[in-house]
Order: sequence, then C-alpha cells, then structure tokens
Amino acid sequence: MPKYEPILLKNMSQPGYAGTLAEYEKTGGYQALKKILGKVAPADVTQLVIKSGLRGRGGAGFPTGVKWGFLPKDHQGPRYLCCNADESEPGTFKDRQLIERDPHQMLEGIVLACYAIGAETAYIYIRGEFVLGARILEEAIAEARRAGYIGKNIQGTGVTVDVWVHRGAGAYICGEETALLESLEGKRGLPRVKPPFPATHGLYNKPTVVNNVETLANLPHIINRGPEWFAAIGSPPKSTGTRIFCVSGHVKRPGNYEVPMGITFRELIYEHSGGMRSDKTLKAFIPGGASAPFLTPDHLDVKMDFESVAAAGSMLGSGGVTVMEEGTSMVWAALRLMEFFYHESCGKCSPCREGSSWLVQTMRRIVAKRGRAQDLETLTDLCKNIAGRTVCAFGDAEVAPIMSTLKHWRPEYIALIHEAEASNLLRPQPAGAKG
Amino acid sequence: MLREQYQQEIDDIVSRYPVKRSALIPLLYLAQREKGYITEAAMIEIARILKLTPPQVYETATFYTMLNLKQVGKFHIQVCKSLMCALVGSDTLIGWIKIKLGIGPGETTPDGAFTLSTVECLAACGTGPMMQINDDYYERLTEDKLDRILSDLRSAGSSALKTGPFMWPEPLAAKTETPVR
Repeated sequence: MPKYEPILLKNMSQPGYAGTLAEYEKTGGYQALKKILGKVAPADVTQLVIKSGLRGRGGAGFPTGVKWGFLPKDHQGPRYLCCNADESEPGTFKDRQLIERDPHQMLEGIVLACYAIGAETAYIYIRGEFVLGARILEEAIAEARRAGYIGKNIQGTGVTVDVWVHRGAGAYICGEETALLESLEGKRGLPRVKPPFPATHGLYNKPTVVNNVETLANLPHIINRGPEWFAAIGSPPKSTGTRIFCVSGHVKRPGNYEVPMGITFRELIYEHSGGMRSDKTLKAFIPGGASAPFLTPDHLDVKMDFESVAAAGSMLGSGGVTVMEEGTSMVWAALRLMEFFYHESCGKCSPCREGSSWLVQTMRRIVAKRGRAQDLETLTDLCKNIAGRTVCAFGDAEVAPIMSTLKHWRPEYIALIHEAEASNLLRPQPAGAKG
Repeated sequence: MLREQYQQEIDDIVSRYPVKRSALIPLLYLAQREKGYITEAAMIEIARILKLTPPQVYETATFYTMLNLKQVGKFHIQVCKSLMCALVGSDTLIGWIKIKLGIGPGETTPDGAFTLSTVECLAACGTGPMMQINDDYYERLTEDKLDRILSDLRSAGSSALKTGPFMWPEPLAAKTETPVR
C-alpha cells in the first residue's frame, strides 16, 4: 500500500499525542504565526494562500485565498472570520478528529486567517452535538490566550484576534454559510439570498469570511513549508494538497485517511480502508457526502480530485466516502438519505419544503411495495422542479440520491413497482376503482 | 430565575457578541441545563435579558432539534438512523433498545430514566452504529456494549464506554492507551 506523509494528521498519529499547547509547540506549532504576524503584510499572506492553490474543504471547493480577496479593501469597521465546524454532511467525520485531537493546529490557522483578512474576532460555529469538541476548543483557546497567541497584542505585534466557540443546536442547514451566519445571529438557520455575499454583507452585515476547519488547519503548514511545496502535492494545478477522506459503510477499516488529492477511489477503498468487509463485491459508493450523486464500480478508477469527480457526474464534496456492498437496495439507500433531507429541509423555499415531503412519501411507498407505475415519473418531475429552484444548494443536494440511483439502478425501482402491481391484482378492489 | 442564579455566566456570554441576540442559543442551552428542558418562563426571561420579544425567542427555539421544549428522561438516548449508520445496523440497535427498555422512538420509560429518540447524522459515520446519550457519544455498538452502557448508566450515572477525543482508525502504536473505542 502506498504510504503518504500526513500533514494534518501528523501530530495526532504520534503515540500519546494529546494536543496540548506544549506538545503542539514542540512539533513547531505557532511558528507560522510568529513568522507572519506584524512581519508580512496581510495582502501578501492572501497572495501566498492563492499561490498554494488551497481550496475550501467544506464541500464547495472554492479557492480560499480568492474568497479572502473578495473582502472590500477600504471598509472601515469590524470584519469577521467564522470557522465552520458544523460538520453535518452525512458521511463526514474529519473535522471532529481535527478539533478533538489537535485543536491548536486549527486555532493557529484561525489567527493567521484573521490576520490576512483584518478580522479581530473569530467565531467557531461548532455543531451542538460536539459537546466534547467544544470543551476541548474552549480549553485550548484559554491555553493559547495565556501564552499570548490569542487575544490582544498577540506576541507583542499589536495584532488582536479574539476567538469564541459558539455551539449550534442540531440543524444540518447551518453548515450552509449564510444559514450559519443567521444562526450565529440568534435566528432560525435559514439561508440568505445571495448576492450580497458574506464577503461584503456577512455576520451583522459586516464583511465576513466563512472557512471550514480542515481548510484553516492547512494554513500553518502552507506558511511554514511554502506555497510551492503545498502546490506540488496532490493533483496540481487545480486540486492541491491532501484531503482527509472519511470512509464509512461496508469496508474492513472505515475511518479517516489523509492522502494526496488525485489518488483513485480504488486505492482509497481497497488499500487504505482494507477493501470490502466480506466476500460481497462493491455495488455502489457515494464519493463526497450525502449531497453527492452515487457512483458505480465503473467509477473506481476515477481520480479523487475536484475536476475528475465532477467529470464523472458527481462531486468530491466534503470528502465523505460511503461504500455499499452487493445486496444493498439502492432504492432503500436513496430513501434513507431522502428521509435525512426531508428532516433537515429548513422550510424557507416551497420547492424544497413541499418537494422533500412528497419525495419521501413516494419513496416510502415504493420501498413498501405499494408503488404505482407513474411514481417514477413523479420522482423525476419533482426532482427537476426542486434542483436549481431554491435559495441555497440544499435543493440540488436532496435530489442527488434519487436522481443518481434512478440513473444507475432503475431496474430496482421497476422491480419493486412490479411487485406492488402483482400484489395489487390479488387485492379485491371497490367497484369503479381504476387499474 | 436564571438571572439571579447565573448572572456572571450570562454577562460573560453576552459580552462575546456585539449584538445581543447572538447570545440567544447559548442562553437557551443554559436554561436547558438548568431544568432539562426549556420552559416558557425561561424563554420569557431570556427575551427580557436580550431585549427581544418572546416570539423571537420562540421562533429560534423551535427551529433547532437539540433544544427540548418538553421534558425528556434523565438519559436522552439519540440513535443515528441516517444511511451510513443504517448500513452497519442502526435499525437493529434501535430494535435492541426497544426490547431492553420497552420504549419506542419519542417515548420515555415510566420511571423517567430514559428517553429514546432517533436522529439524523451525528458525524460518527465510520464508527457506527452509534448513539449519543446526553453529552456523550457511544460508538461501534454491539448488543453486549449496549447492555453494559445501560447498566452503567442505571447504577453509576455514567459509563466508561463513552468515546474520548476522537480518532479513527487509532494510531497503531498507541492502541492500548487511547481512550477511543
């Protein structure tokens, strides 16, 4: 099995590493901060990050430095950084590990990002269920504050960055950046209409950057080892660096694996994750969290970078890879994800709110073998009327499981409906019933 | 009243934000910690503290699944039922709990000790099936483990089987000393 040098998981892979400040400093921690704060101009830090090619690790893959560059240069008054630690895309569990095992790595990244964008306050929006993670972060922030890495006049440079942990309360949609901002403002987590974008009108209507935990955790390494070093890793020029892929489902060794972008799904699933858990073969996999369309064994040799997965008809998304073995019903799998989306639809846009309920009912009927011949058309119609017609990307995400399973495994849907029709023939019908 | 009891904590929370309303969810958590759920009286008091109207507090409180507006058991069991956990047996886990505690999702045992809920993804997909009980995660569950957890909770109020700082797979050399199971 090919071995790769871990970057983000390096410290925590050392036996006994508990992620305290002293341990983090011993491995070169907070050196990047000392190198940059007050010594390199903020705009140059942004340039450096652009040069590294770093793209957002939350799901959309937007170039990080470019995002920072959208903040208005001449704005007077506060700006904000929000660290998106809402990790709620089904199949994804990497941020939890970064938070709980090496909190200072992401905190150093937060201070660096704040310096680059001129923010004096950062909020870490962490999903409410991560009680332990929130506690670990609070302790780490207190440690960093005592050591002069967070707070006023950091290391005597005159730079101020305050960091606060803000717990969410159980809503998937708050991982969407504008819903996150609404939630942070104490409101219901309903996504905002864009434009205006958070870069100009974000938290409290002030210029704001929202970055994922893994994105921010990369920053100290890019500073310490140089953007050229980072840009050479992975699948340059567009997908640089490593990704922490979260493997779940029917494999021998599920878990988090940090590998350079651009390895194949085959390598991730069969080598790093030990292959299938039994002698059943692979039937399907989701390449990037629940919002990513399902792929088939034919796609195992697709390279795991943003462009290649998009070309294969799906997306690399949040890096959550879910593997399903032969024998798993794809209609059932799509239903389980549809139930998730139905539960999590925030209710703002009618196509998504009403459509998700209709989709779930139709899918439940088909799985319970009470489907009707016209149900497949209903599903397709509904999906087409949701995707692209909502304020946020949730609408596109929720139709992905059904659309992709209908595309690749349509006979499974038809077989269930045929069974329903066959059993219908045995059922006495009231007078005048049609078909 | 929350204010008398937690004045300092409330001030500390409110001071973190330039706009008071941002302190709403943290204060709702405080109220929930106090009573186990959020009472109407608490919502009215929070509205007064943050200079909001009670409906503004209520509209936020009703949006989030982790904020309980009704009494729950002393131990709130939340089992993840999303696809990733379902692939590795979460439906079976829910079945075990139903038999062992005699309650279904949304129900509480007559002694008020356990409430069972089924929830969507808790970000522990590689270590399913899993459940969260109050603040703690319990992962890679088997029927044996479930028995031990329930009996630990009944007798001691907590269980050593809960997950510590998460890492999976565990670092090889440290297998024996990490608290993650």
